[in-house]
Formats: sequence, structure tokens, C-alpha cells
Amino acid sequence: MTMNSCQPSLVALTVDGREVSVPAGTTVFEAARAAGIEIPHLCHHPWLKPTGACRLCVVEIKGARGLPTACTTPVAPGMVVQTESERVVEARREILDLILANHAAECLTCEKAGDCRLQDYAYRYGVARTSYHGERRQYPPDESNPFFYRYHDRCIMCGRCIRVCDEVMAVNAIDYAYRGFRTKVATAYEVGLEESPCVFCGNCVAVCPTGALQPKLSVGQGRRWEIHKVRTVCPYCGVGCSLDLEVRDGERPRVVGVSGGDGPTNEGLLCVKGRFGWDFLHSPDRLTRPLIREGDGFREASWDEALDLVARRLGEIREKHGPHSLAGLCSAKCTNEENYLFQKLVRAVWGTNNVDHCARLCHASSVVGLGMAYGSGAMTNSLADLEQATLYFVIGSNTTEGHPVLSLRVKRGLRAGAKLIVADPRRTELAERADIFLQHLPGTDVALLGAMIHVILEEGLENREFVAARTEGIDELRASVAALTPEYAERVTGVPADLIQQAAREYARAERAAILYAMGITQHTTGTDNVLAIAALAAVCGQVGREGTGVNPLRGQNNVQGACDMGGLPNVLPGYQSYRDGGLRRKFEEAWGPPLPTGDGLTVVEMMEAAAQGRIRGMYIMGENPMLSDPDLGHVEEALRSLDFLVVQDIFLTETARLAHVVLPAAAFAEKEGTFTNTERRVQLLRRAVPPPGEALADWEIICRLAERMGYPMSYAGPAEIMDEVTRLVPSYGGMGYAYLGEGGKQWPCPQPGHPGTPILHREKFARGRARLFPLEFRPPAEVPDTEYPLYLTTGRILFHYHTGSMTRRARGLQAIRPDPYVEIHPDTAAGLGITDGQMVEVASRRGSIRLRALVTDRTAPAVVFIPFHYAEAAANVLTNPALDPQARIPELKVCAVRVRPA
Amino acid sequence: MGKASLEVTRGAAACGCAARTAAGNAREASPQDMARVREIISRLRDRTAPLLPILQAIQKEMGWISEEAMVEVAEALGMHPSQVYGVTTFYTLFATGPKGKHVIRVCASAPCHVPGAGAVLEALKKALGVEVGETTPDGKFTLELTSCIGVCGVAPAIMIDDQVYGNLKPADIGAILARY
Repeated sequence: MTMNSCQPSLVALTVDGREVSVPAGTTVFEAARAAGIEIPHLCHHPWLKPTGACRLCVVEIKGARGLPTACTTPVAPGMVVQTESERVVEARREILDLILANHAAECLTCEKAGDCRLQDYAYRYGVARTSYHGERRQYPPDESNPFFYRYHDRCIMCGRCIRVCDEVMAVNAIDYAYRGFRTKVATAYEVGLEESPCVFCGNCVAVCPTGALQPKLSVGQGRRWEIHKVRTVCPYCGVGCSLDLEVRDGERPRVVGVSGGDGPTNEGLLCVKGRFGWDFLHSPDRLTRPLIREGDGFREASWDEALDLVARRLGEIREKHGPHSLAGLCSAKCTNEENYLFQKLVRAVWGTNNVDHCARLCHASSVVGLGMAYGSGAMTNSLADLEQATLYFVIGSNTTEGHPVLSLRVKRGLRAGAKLIVADPRRTELAERADIFLQHLPGTDVALLGAMIHVILEEGLENREFVAARTEGIDELRASVAALTPEYAERVTGVPADLIQQAAREYARAERAAILYAMGITQHTTGTDNVLAIAALAAVCGQVGREGTGVNPLRGQNNVQGACDMGGLPNVLPGYQSYRDGGLRRKFEEAWGPPLPTGDGLTVVEMMEAAAQGRIRGMYIMGENPMLSDPDLGHVEEALRSLDFLVVQDIFLTETARLAHVVLPAAAFAEKEGTFTNTERRVQLLRRAVPPPGEALADWEIICRLAERMGYPMSYAGPAEIMDEVTRLVPSYGGMGYAYLGEGGKQWPCPQPGHPGTPILHREKFARGRARLFPLEFRPPAEVPDTEYPLYLTTGRILFHYHTGSMTRRARGLQAIRPDPYVEIHPDTAAGLGITDGQMVEVASRRGSIRLRALVTDRTAPAVVFIPFHYAEAAANVLTNPALDPQARIPELKVCAVRVRPA
Repeated sequence: MGKASLEVTRGAAACGCAARTAAGNAREASPQDMARVREIISRLRDRTAPLLPILQAIQKEMGWISEEAMVEVAEALGMHPSQVYGVTTFYTLFATGPKGKHVIRVCASAPCHVPGAGAVLEALKKALGVEVGETTPDGKFTLELTSCIGVCGVAPAIMIDDQVYGNLKPADIGAILARY
């Protein structure tokens, strides 16, 4: 993915009479491509190592014996290559004839017709049918998995699927089985893919040159020539993969498929959610008209009626109880432009700072902690840059499932020889690959990280030059970690002291070490401390500000970075500019008009508390689902029900929307324009592919109409104009006008038009000048197991679902493969409780209980049970603890105490 | 014996395996079997390119290579089960299921095909009452096809276990089977 910077010597050759010079070691195939000549090929693919399996790329090379394959033949000086000579063409015809001998040429009904390489070449060389009429391979199609078909009789044995599964995914679910005539692509023991290690990324489907692999969702949806592609951004995780939505126009244009876009974040690769999780767009459950509560149900209403009602009721509450009786949740799922307008509505129109969103539940600790330590709360390095690391330290991130395409960068780094340290209470997929696996107890991160720093300082492994030149507070840090010995950490974390020492030494000594972390670090009452510990570890070792290093918080939602950047936070204006700073506040007041509020607003969990107490009377929730995402759901429901007025704007009638007085139908990602900012601070353009269903409107349009009804005209021609306003007010977005973003987007800070963006932060100096090293002190989680609730509960995501499931659980394939909630229990613990695999159990905490099936597995530690939080029918957050981190106000979603018993 | 059936003696010692019979459809290995598999792996894993020697030893000592055995081999060698399965199925001499006490392999390559391997195969099917790939109900014989076994000079040829018979006619089959 990244180009080698050293320049090898050039080799000059002739391809079809054209002179071309290429670096030594280039293949004839690539040299021809450099000369503008595309040599026919079926097995070769830019993601994969050349194998020369299909033979179609044979060329004639003057003086060479036979016809060598261009994809495997390196160039030599003075080589004379002919790519379409008579001999070559004759050979290609014969090769195609032989391939077709075992290919069911069902082009009349094949979905791939029109976009099939075999069809293209058969047409190009005039091979209408095979001349070999013997027996054919007769394997029935594999239809067993919910995502794609494998038609063995269309397979040409090019091996692309096998190689992408190996070389790119490192999953190796499939290989060739048998040999000769009987050869087929198969899983081990030919079980269905669901029983194999397959992760259903579908990158095999993407590389298949024929119709052998076909997405089920696209069957019967139109011929290839009726479909056009719209480049946009995936709506799921923070990686921000570039997507091509495949759209069939007509009376009702529809998305009929998805392929990976060749953007800088993913370079064409996708995961199962991105590739097969788009059909929620056309779900019959989509909201199509505004709804107004009537008794226990809703009635449909016009936009005018619904918005008039919302404006009137919110206005009345503001009038009667003051601006701070209103609160809004903007959305990490919506665009930058929408979040910007939302917080502008709350601040400029309502006159309160009560605006927050689900970043509070994921990376509030990063924004606060990294802000304190480094001066910027975002991922320091870039996705592509991660491949440069010689060591990865992954803590509290199940990267393979949470950020699947990003995990491929790590795997590529590992193949290139990088080392891997994983710290996690669960044996994650990356933990299986780790050189050192530290299975610490939930909530003991400061002890673990502090002990690593202790070892590094004790053994003199710190980067003294870096510490002296670029940090402050080393003495306080040193004094604070004196007590955090590896032996102490062993008692607290359960990780053997010598493993902690090894990890510390490896990290400190690595040439380029990158830390990756996610919610395992942040969702704690000590979340900010955890982040400060990570920041200190990296700074002490000088592992920041260079390629392949850094502190990399992996942001969860597709636009959680952007929602924070746009000021969807109760304590800062857009661009993290403080309203306490009079000059900055005046800048916004001049742009927006009304005087702005100066008191801190409430955070997500505090809003719920205030609602329950009657201090918050009206709420506007855009694209968030606190009825599933927030801790202690029983309390959240009580709070939302006690509101005088609740308006929810979403694409589905979520668990939260069901409690609303008015529900506003919004457009989904494929139905609007705007920008998303991914985890590496990259701002990318979203494009409209299809119209929204019914009367649904883009969130920004709804906000504008509502603001107008509340006496504050917002008039924008479109999202581009909203972004123009942002570029004038947010310095790091100064160069993010749509005209300057380009195909791949730009990474902030990008202060002016034409600026290339900033892939790596803190290069010469930290955003705050010097990195501040804060003293570390271990505090246990707010709730730890006791005799009544003897087990730790930790929660998280799984590969096949996303957050509250409002999208993924309406995606047929994703729902089919993981339909039901479950709790992971260690075999020893299960045996002690008399629980067997698959049995229904009750999991209870001090706050509530849920029933779900037990999954007995040693992925989790004996003292810990794990529940994915996507399932409303057994919501993990009924159990979780709303105790807050004192600084970041993030609740402790990752640790509480529970008991489990057979149900 | 003139053109009568020819026994071709090969260097390999007669297979000493107590081939498992195909009683039932049991394709699972017992714990004892797995102990033997682990013993084989530990004996051979330090060789260069140990996969084939290990599979050969398992085949020879156990008569077939179970899924559990493949998993064990894959884990021990740091390979993926799909790769071990690919290699195991590539070689027709490896069995992925229990077989009859004796395995009959009929050469299906061209030099045997031309002088009448088809008729020999039909005779075998009739005598045994099974199709290719099947095992007789008494568990005694499994009938299979094989690629060239390298005795084209005496085509058509078959192998029963390690014993090769050449210059065959359909009429020879009864007498050959009677030896087992």
C-alpha cells in the first residue's frame, strides 16, 4: 500500500514498439501497464502476489523460449515484448477454449454478464464456445451462507478468492481441494462457510473475475449495464471506507449492491457490514412520514403540522422553564454539516450548551485525556501509516471486529515482521496472533500501563532526549509510578509480572511502536486516567510524532470524530474552541447573531439524570438511540418518559423514538450529501445515490426548517454552503471546502484551501507545546465483584452488528448470521454454575436483569463474562453502571458486577 | 502365465495398518486415535517440510485421516485447516474417511483406458456390488479410481492395497478378489 521511498535502478524495454523505463524487478505485466497497455489477465490482481495460474497474460518476448506469463516475468534491459502477436493471440484463444471447457457459460442469466472478465476476453478473441466436449465438473452450488453464492461450475480456478483470503485477510477459510479434474475451492472438510473461519468480508466476491461468487442481495436486481456507481463513504465504523453504491435508476432508484471504493482508507477492501449490510436502506421499516403521538401510538402528520408542533412545544418549555430546560443529542451517524447546524440550533437559537452525543459514551476520555496531555484529542497518525510500525501495542480494542478493515493494516505489518502486544480481558482474534498477550482484569489498565512505565524508567529504557526536549512532568510521573511495580500490577491485573516487564521492554525498544486503543480504555470511571497513562507511555519512549508510531484512539462511529469537531459537545464550540475565551465566543456571536451561553452544558448521562429530576423538560434527539446505548436503561426510560416533550429524528422507529411525542423521518447516508470525518481525521465527501423514502428529509434540511419556525432563519443552498461557514469558523477545517477535498478527502488540520492536510500530528512539537506527563494513580472500577454479584461483566461489539442494531438488524444477511444475543462464559465458570453451552441464563446486576443464551468459550477469562450490546431484547445496558469518569463524564460501560444463573 | 494377470511386487512392505472398517458412518476419531496422532506429530514435526511425512504416517498407521487429526496437524504446524485439507485431498492415497479393509484402485489414466480399464472397472463394480468411492457392506473392499500408477507396460492395471495387478481382463477379477 505504501511506496518504497528508495529509488531502484531503471530498466528500459520495448512493449509493442513503445519504449518504457521501469524500476528493476518490475514485471512485464506492470511495465506494459506503465506503457499504457493492459495485458489480458484473469488470475492477476493488484492486491495479490502474481502466480501465473490462468496463463492468459502470455506474451512473446524476443529470444525467449515459449510464451512466458507477463505477470510473473521480471523485465530485463533491452527486452522486446509483444503482447498481441499472432502467436500470443492463438495461445490466448486456446487458453480460453480450455477454460470454457469447464465453465458454465450462463451469460443469459448470470448476474456478472457485462462485468465479467472471462466474457470480455471471449468476446475480444472471438471464442464463442469451447471445442472440448467431454465431461464437465459437476459440483452443486454452495448456497449455505446468507451473503453470497458459490457457483462451482462457473469457477475457472484462478485462485484469486483463495489468495485474497490468505494474503489480504489472513483468514484462510478456503483453499483448493482435490486435484486435476476434481479440483474445487473448498473449506476444510467442505463444511459451510459459517462453520469455517470465514468472516464474510466478501473481498473474494470482489476479486472473482467471473460469476462464480455472487452476492445474494444483488440477484435479479438488474443487469450490469443498467447499474451505475456512486462513490461515497461507508456508514458503519470510524475507518470510513470508501464505497461505491451500485444504483439502478428507474421510477424508484434503488441501491442494488456495494463495491469497495479505491480510497486512501481502504484501497478497495471492505468488511461484511460495508459490503453486505446496506439493505436496511430499503427496509419496509423506514420512516417515511412525520409521526405525532396519539395515546399509546402514533398518527402520520404533514411536515408543517409536525414541525409547527415541535417549534411550539420547545418554545413553550423554553419560555416557561428557561433555555437550560432544553437539551439536544446530535449524532455521530450524521454528517459534519448536520452536527454543526444542530449545535448551532441548540446554542444560538435555544441559548444553552446542553448538546452532546454518543462520543460521550465512547471517546470522551480520549478527547479530554489526549487534549490534556498532547493538546489534541484525535488519532495522532494515519491508517496507511500504521503499516510502518515495527511493533503494535493494542489495548482495549477488538480491532478485528470493531474496525475490520483497519485490522488488515496491522496484519500486513505483522506479515512484514512487526511484533504484536495485545492487552485485553478477552482473548480476541488479534490476541491469538500476539507475541505477548496480557489478559488483564477489566478496569485495571492504569496499574498495567503504570507498571510498564515503572519498568521502563527503572531500567533506563526511556527516550531521554525526547523526554528532555519535548515533555514536562517526568519527575512527578516517576514518583507516581514508583509504587506501581510489576509485582503490584500482577496482584491487581492478574497478568504475570514478567509478562508486563517483557511488554514494557519490547515497546520501549521498538524502532517504531504504534499504540491502538478503543473503548476498553475509555469506558471507565478512570477513562481519562487510562488515556493519560497511554499518552505518558508513548511520550516517555518517544513513540509519537513519527511514521509508524503514535497514540491512536480508534473512533467508533463513522462520524464520531466529526460530530466532536463540529462542537457537538457541551463544553466547546466547533473546533474545540472554548466559549470561555471571549475572543473566540465573539467570533461565533458575530457569525451567528445572538449572544451565546457561557455555562457548561450537560453531558449525555447528566441529561438523563436532569430529565428524571425535572430540570430538563424537552429533548431533541437526532439519530441516536440512548434507549439501547446508554448505561442503566431502566433509568434512561424513566428519564425520557418524564420529559414534557421529546422529539426524535431518525431513519427507523428506534427504541428511543417509540417514547417520542413527535418522530421526524430522516434520510440515510445514501440519500444525502455532506461529509464524514473518520478516525484518522480525514474529511470525506458523502454523495447522494438515491432519494429518501416517502417524505423523509436530510437531517440538515429538517434542522433548517425547525430553526426557521423557532425564529432563526437558516437558509443554505446545500451542505457545501454549510461547510463553507464551518471553514470560516473552525481553523483546522479552513481548507475543507468541497472544491478542495478531492477524491480521497483531507486530514485535519487543513488550515487553508490547497493545504495537503496533516497525516501525522505532533511532528515537531505537540499541539500544546510539550507533552504533559501526568502522575498516575490506580483506582479500581466503581463496582467490582462481591459475594452477591461475583463476576465482572464487560460489554462490546461483534463483527456482524453495529451499535444499537437499528441498521444491521434490518440487514438480512447480518441478522441471519447473528440473530440472537448471547453471553460469553468461561468453561470453568460455566461448569461451576451448572451452565452448558447454548443454555438460557439470567444475568443480573444491581440495576436489572436480562435473559439470553450462554456461549461457553475460553475467549473470556474465568472471572469475566462478556455480552455484545447490540440486542434490544437482551440489552447489556440494562445491567451496566452509569458511574461517571469525573473529568470526561463517560460512564463505566466496560465494567460492572453481575451474577449469572440458569434461567 | 502368459498374458494372465500379473502381480507386480513393489518395494514397499505390505501395509501393516489395521484399516478401520466402514461399519456405520463414524468419521470421528476416538481419544486413543488422537493420542496416536499426537505421537506421530511429535515424532515427525521437526523434519523439514513435515506435513507430508506426518500425513503419510497417520494414513499408514490409522488407515485414514480424520478431521480431528487434520486440525491437530494444522495447529501443530502453524497451518490453516483449509490448507491441510487441500493437501490431504490432493493425494488420492490419503483417505478422509474410514475405508474398507482393502482398497482397490483402478487406474483411470489413458494407457490403461485404451486396452480396457473400463471393462475391468465394470467387472469390479458388478463383483463387489458397489460404485466408485463406495465400500462393500461387509467392510471388506473400497473401490476407487486412481491416476497413473506407473505400470503402463502391463495396462490395464489395478492396485489392491500395495499390490499391483496388470494385464487384466474382466474375467480375472473373480480370482483376484478371492485371494482376500
